[in-house]
Amino acid sequence: MVERSLSRPRPRRRLIGPVTALRVLAALSLWALWEGAARSGWFYEGALPSSFAVLAAGFNLLAQPDFYANLAVTLFEVAAAVAIGSGCGIAVGLALGAFRFAGRAFEPYVQYLAPAPKIIFLPVFMVLLGVDSSSKIAIGALSCFFPMALSVAAGVRQIDPVLLRVGRSFRLTASQTVAKIYLPALASPIATGLRLGLGVAIIGTLLSELQMSKNGLGFLIMQDYGRFDIAEMYAVLGLVFLLAALANGLIARGFRIKGR
Amino acid sequence: MAATDGASPNFAQRAAPILAGVLTLAALALLWQAVCQLGYINKFVAPAPLDIARSFPSLFIDENLAGRFLQTFGETFLSAGLAVAVGIPLGWFLHHKKLAGLAFESWVGGLAAAPLVLAYPLFLVLFGRNTATIVAMSFLSGLPAMVLKTKEGLDGTKRVLVNVGLSFGLKPATLFRKILLPAAMPSIANGVRLALILALINVVGVEFLINLGGLGELIDGLAQRWELAGMFGAILFVILTSVAFFWTTARVEKWFRPHG
Repeated sequence: MVERSLSRPRPRRRLIGPVTALRVLAALSLWALWEGAARSGWFYEGALPSSFAVLAAGFNLLAQPDFYANLAVTLFEVAAAVAIGSGCGIAVGLALGAFRFAGRAFEPYVQYLAPAPKIIFLPVFMVLLGVDSSSKIAIGALSCFFPMALSVAAGVRQIDPVLLRVGRSFRLTASQTVAKIYLPALASPIATGLRLGLGVAIIGTLLSELQMSKNGLGFLIMQDYGRFDIAEMYAVLGLVFLLAALANGLIARGFRIKGR
Repeated sequence: MAATDGASPNFAQRAAPILAGVLTLAALALLWQAVCQLGYINKFVAPAPLDIARSFPSLFIDENLAGRFLQTFGETFLSAGLAVAVGIPLGWFLHHKKLAGLAFESWVGGLAAAPLVLAYPLFLVLFGRNTATIVAMSFLSGLPAMVLKTKEGLDGTKRVLVNVGLSFGLKPATLFRKILLPAAMPSIANGVRLALILALINVVGVEFLINLGGLGELIDGLAQRWELAGMFGAILFVILTSVAFFWTTARVEKWFRPHG
């Protein structure tokens, strides 16, 4: 037995698997394609800067105090939008899910309005709330509201009725039922709503900043576009994409840890 | 409130919530009208519903609403059509080449979640301020859904069907046409619907942001001229057409789903 296992050839350990190798190859090809295109002269000068120029612009950006001031504005607006939008979304979702009549009466409107482009409401919010942060927060909150409301409403319908009956037999009040049964049972739908809502809140807030703003990352992108500082514009966009992915990952991780 | 257990709700039980929803909307519109008539809200901030309704003929005659509608939907169908034309072969490739599927499916998922619309200044630099920018951005926003749904549908094809095809000596192209494609059709139809919806959201959003033709530009133009009744009317028109569009595509998609 021992002899046989000794005589069997050991499988060779690969440094990287074929999937990783293919990914690395694809990433390198894309990078080479970008560099080739940037240096080819086929594109208008400056429209497609070299990746090294973008990296340099990114590091330069991170060294500027102005960047952090703009980042703080955007983070505040997104956080406020998510807090308001998801708070309202959870309340409406609970009502639509818990009361069958309300769900049948109003959920179709929420469902059909959900995919409508929210940015078209920006002029309305600018008229009602002004051109400062409030209108950007409102667009972000409106964007965040729909995924949260629909996710929570669907989640409420999946709660085990036994849990609700146990709550009733313990004579829980409405607020206790929400706090002790609905919200713990809805951790997963709320996490899903929050992840989807955060993504669209970031898009809504930043699009509003792109359209009309004096500060924030959206303003920075438009400023770079106006100055034709395309390398820095790419760098800001890259940072925005990175921050969005990071926030999404943190929410997913936070809910996974809580769920253990 | 709830239907009798085990029995399907009768007509009155089904109609009551729908009626309640419609009546609530009508009551809210009446309340809005009354508040405006009584002067509690300045009509230069929020026009009365009747003024919004009166703006519709002017929107059609003076603002060429029908032409703009055709432009927006033309761009939407072109972008979604391109997403379908490119997405189905790409989805098939990721299904057919397992290694590529394992390596790149998550990349396509990441592209679907990326806030691409924020990169519109980049597209303006690359394509110029014209329809190509709108179509390119909307195509890219619809493409990941099409690729992922095609792959999902093809992956879900029953192995026994493929084996039957192979035992009849079908060539790869015939196998795809006769077995894989029909089996994946419900998922592909879902992908087409998602691509159309995402393309429409993007087209209206980018038209609004870069002020270039279609329904999006109309809203921005009316807001710039402070023609609020017309602006609210145009927003309402966009919402109603999006709702009609989503409803129709949902019905068409349902038609493709297997019955029974």
